[in-house]
Amino acid sequence: MGGAAGVGPAFELVDVVEERGGSRVLDGVSVTLPAGGITAVMGPSGAGKTSLLRLLNRLDDPSSGEVRFLGRPVRDYPVRELRCAVGFVFQTPVMFPGTVADNLRRAVELSPSGAAAGAAAGWIERLLEAVELDGDYGARDADRLSGGEKQRVALARALATGPQVLLLDEPTSALDPEVAERLLATVSRLNAERGHTVVMVTHRLAEARQHSAFAVMLEAGRVVESGATTELFERPRQARTRAYLSSAG
Amino acid sequence: MTLGPGLTLLAQAGAGAGAGAGAGTPPVDVSWVELGLAAGLVLVAMGVSSWQRLGLTRGFAVGAVRAVVQLLGVGYVLVYLFAANRWWLVLLALLVMLAAATKTSTDRVKERRRTIVPIAGVAMLVGAGVTLAYVDAIVLRPGEWYDPRYLVPIFGMIAGNAMNGAALAAERLQSEMEARRGEVEAYLALGAAPARASAEPVRRALTAALIPSVNGLAVVGLVALPGMMTGQILAGSSPLLAVRYQIVVAFMLAGAVAITSAIVVLWYRRTFFTAAEQLVARGPG
Ligand SMILES: Nc1ncnc2c1ncn2[C@@H]1O[C@H](COP(=O)(O)OP(=O)(O)OP(=O)(O)O)[C@@H](O)[C@H]1O
Ligand SMILES: [Mg+2]
Repeated sequence: MGGAAGVGPAFELVDVVEERGGSRVLDGVSVTLPAGGITAVMGPSGAGKTSLLRLLNRLDDPSSGEVRFLGRPVRDYPVRELRCAVGFVFQTPVMFPGTVADNLRRAVELSPSGAAAGAAAGWIERLLEAVELDGDYGARDADRLSGGEKQRVALARALATGPQVLLLDEPTSALDPEVAERLLATVSRLNAERGHTVVMVTHRLAEARQHSAFAVMLEAGRVVESGATTELFERPRQARTRAYLSSAG
Repeated sequence: MTLGPGLTLLAQAGAGAGAGAGAGTPPVDVSWVELGLAAGLVLVAMGVSSWQRLGLTRGFAVGAVRAVVQLLGVGYVLVYLFAANRWWLVLLALLVMLAAATKTSTDRVKERRRTIVPIAGVAMLVGAGVTLAYVDAIVLRPGEWYDPRYLVPIFGMIAGNAMNGAALAAERLQSEMEARRGEVEAYLALGAAPARASAEPVRRALTAALIPSVNGLAVVGLVALPGMMTGQILAGSSPLLAVRYQIVVAFMLAGAVAITSAIVVLWYRRTFFTAAEQLVARGPG
């Protein structure tokens, strides 16, 4: 699935509608998310942020409209390949039973190059290092980690399948500000050093402002505004964006 | 394994036939008067209920009448079946038993999806059918393969156990898939196949369905004398022969439950995923 960072957008959504239980969760969303950078998806609770993110690696399919990844409709990719290439970190991390190393092993087995990656010595340590966890975390019981540690393991697990894109759904919402800040610094570093495209849902405006280059403002299932983060924060074109930025800020 | 002349004794036990065979003393006959006397014991239960105001008095009365009517009905059906002795009538009777077992097992699954009914039905048809065919054609080998004196009671036991296995398997898979929704979806999000993503719920559902069989094998004869064996002994059969039949039955039930619950779990699991390997939306579907 080649497609180098910076060449063309990572995702394009065209007139996407998603209906759930009779109501429109996403109501005609058209937006382009750039490759290679960090995109923040913002908006009030219930705006459809999680719903949008889930379309990007086909945890859900839209009722109508099209989602494209690297120029191709997501439906055209073998779904497991797409999901290996587009990692997802949930709002509340779910650990598999066993140790941290068990968690990473199960993920690496699922990657296209799983066998090779698993055979290379020290791969667990390298993954843990990428998310700034000590090597001896491998032997720890995953279920007994703190929320922030679990979120890092979830991140490492997503990295284990060798993704180009990381989707993060409010990865810091359950963490205290300091731990949250450190996790985002890690995400920024992964983006800068490894070129991972990151799409991150957040409702902490400071987070979006500091860490993202591109931002999408969502409300009631519609895109209110999208563009460069600095533009959006300093010169919002829409009254709804201004209202949201001042109320939630 | 040859069970020799014991076959006729199983037939008596299964049919509840009154006449004794050469092997032992003829069993005691139960007349209508004696049945009436036995009803006195239900009156005792009703007495306890009304004394302690359990609200079960009426339930006992209705239940006792139902038991008499149902069992008499089954008795007459069996008498007719044995007299007619036609293979297609026997198979028809087995299918009716299977349908009743399917209904009972799927009624027990809470918040069931409609798809569970055909799944449980086919799983029991295969699980119970294969086991019955094996026991009939390879282990017991009666003179006529369709002899209702063997097929009907044996299939009754098999279907009853397969029914419990199917119900436990479906119920447990449903609750595990709900409780582990996050874990299953985390696997899917990593690019796992649905089979990998649901491996743990499947394992747990199968374990739940098979545990009664394992326990049943371990305690048989210690905690409870099985009904069939008791029936044979009451009908005048030698306990050692009755025991051999019971061993066959115990093994056969384990096999039937394993086949049925494996089919239920592996097939029912598929209904939790879409063609694009997504979890289907919550709720009945
Ligand atoms: N499976 C579903 N069935 C019915 N309604 C749903 C379903 N999933 C989401 N919704 C509804 O869709 C809307 C958008 O949900 P979504 O989770 O995308 O919002 P969100 O922007 O992520 O909110 P939050 O910030 O609270 O996480 C909500 O009103 C939600 O109740
Ligand atoms: Mg959300």
